Amino acid sequence: MKRVGSYLLFISTLFSRMEAFNIYVKRTIDEAVKIGINSLTLVAIVSTFIGMVSTIQTAANMVSALIPKSVVSLVVRDMTILELAPTITSVVLAGKIGSNISGELGTMRISEQIDALEVMGINSASYLVVPKVIGAILMFPLLVIVAGFLSLYGGYLVGTLTNVVTGQEFVTGLRTEFQQYSVFMALVKSVVFAFLISTISAYQGYFTRGGALEVGQASTAAVTNSCIAVLIADYVVAQVLI
Amino acid sequence: MIHIENITKAFSGKTILDGISGVFEQGKTNLIIGASGTGKSVLLKCIVGLIRPDSGTVRYNDRDFTHGDKDLKTEIRREIGMLFQGVALFDSLNVENNVKFPLDILTDTPEDEKLDRVNFCLKRVGLEGSNRKMPSELSGGMQKRVGIARAIVNDINYLFCDEPNSGLDPQTSVLIDDLIKEITEELGTTTIVVTHDMNSVIGIGDHILFLYKGHKLWEGSNKNIIDTEVQELRDFLFANKLMKDGATF
Repeated sequence: MKRVGSYLLFISTLFSRMEAFNIYVKRTIDEAVKIGINSLTLVAIVSTFIGMVSTIQTAANMVSALIPKSVVSLVVRDMTILELAPTITSVVLAGKIGSNISGELGTMRISEQIDALEVMGINSASYLVVPKVIGAILMFPLLVIVAGFLSLYGGYLVGTLTNVVTGQEFVTGLRTEFQQYSVFMALVKSVVFAFLISTISAYQGYFTRGGALEVGQASTAAVTNSCIAVLIADYVVAQVLI
Repeated sequence: MIHIENITKAFSGKTILDGISGVFEQGKTNLIIGASGTGKSVLLKCIVGLIRPDSGTVRYNDRDFTHGDKDLKTEIRREIGMLFQGVALFDSLNVENNVKFPLDILTDTPEDEKLDRVNFCLKRVGLEGSNRKMPSELSGGMQKRVGIARAIVNDINYLFCDEPNSGLDPQTSVLIDDLIKEITEELGTTTIVVTHDMNSVIGIGDHILFLYKGHKLWEGSNKNIIDTEVQELRDFLFANKLMKDGATF
């Protein structure tokens, strides 16, 4: 509980004594590029393969002749949009971005760079962390959209190439009883996950004490805690929005 | 001028600083000396506000820094330049941007004026033309000089140096010491240097405060430190056999 309280206090310091707005703009763009563009390849690979595997496995379980083949893509679509794209993408990003944020801030802490900012009269937490949080909140939804699209496209490719389902059947399934609200839910989840991953990782890194060993431990804790927070938040958001 | 009154600090029940008081005058190089683990860096961090003392007061020209509100602290901090033990240059920025950083964040100075100021400061520390180099490309002494340039790029009134000679060879140490002393006199700053380097003590110690196990045991200058009769200070000064023999002669 003490750590949760300390985390909440940390969040409150992010938005106090902020520097001029223009200082954050360039830093936020840099962070958005680092978080978004630099994660694109990883997200593309993970989501495409998840879509492919989901299609193959779903098709393998649809053995009844009474079930139309288009149901395969319907199931894959709902799994992808509601769960796989936002949650799995965020768990993967927690590993990449969470460790990066924590490692960067932890190193800055032990090399006195954060102290240097404080001595200059700068709110170091706000200056360093807010651009990362905003960058993550801006980029996660876009990454989730890309992940969802590529996952479905991967499913389409593998489904048609292996003759599990025809292209026409796959597209029919994608369109059947499509709920726009599912996309809204996925985007809400992505924003919540972005906030949690960036702030938890920043908290772990910002309060690192010691040396290189502790920076590594902070990165591990950042990834572990972010993943747990994402899974808990996934349940809470689902419960609230459905 | 900086006044510190009864600064006390303990960590996990262990007292690190016990009622330290002193006055650090403007235009002088004030040294805080003592063996490792005596609380020198903790005292410096209390003075600049990186650590909050358990009790006591730090005053910058009669402004109560310890108990002042956030606005006052920010105002005072913007008059402070600090050279850290590990220099604390920003890895992702080149020399020019490291030195320009305080101007970018804290002032509305036009870009060309900022660059003029950066070039002036780099020239002052003997690093003109190094603007595009990254911190990782610099030697330890050059990094220290960039750190000093960054510390003085704003119009500062207070300069703090934490172990400015750590990791440097004797010749470079003397260069850094001389630079600190010259800048102090040129800019009229109140300068506090934490060190255990004997060359610094003898060379630039206008005013010296000796800490021993969290207590202030002696205060004076480089002119009278050799004649001290405080045994702990003598043990510190003459720990080196050569110093001891030299003093005997």
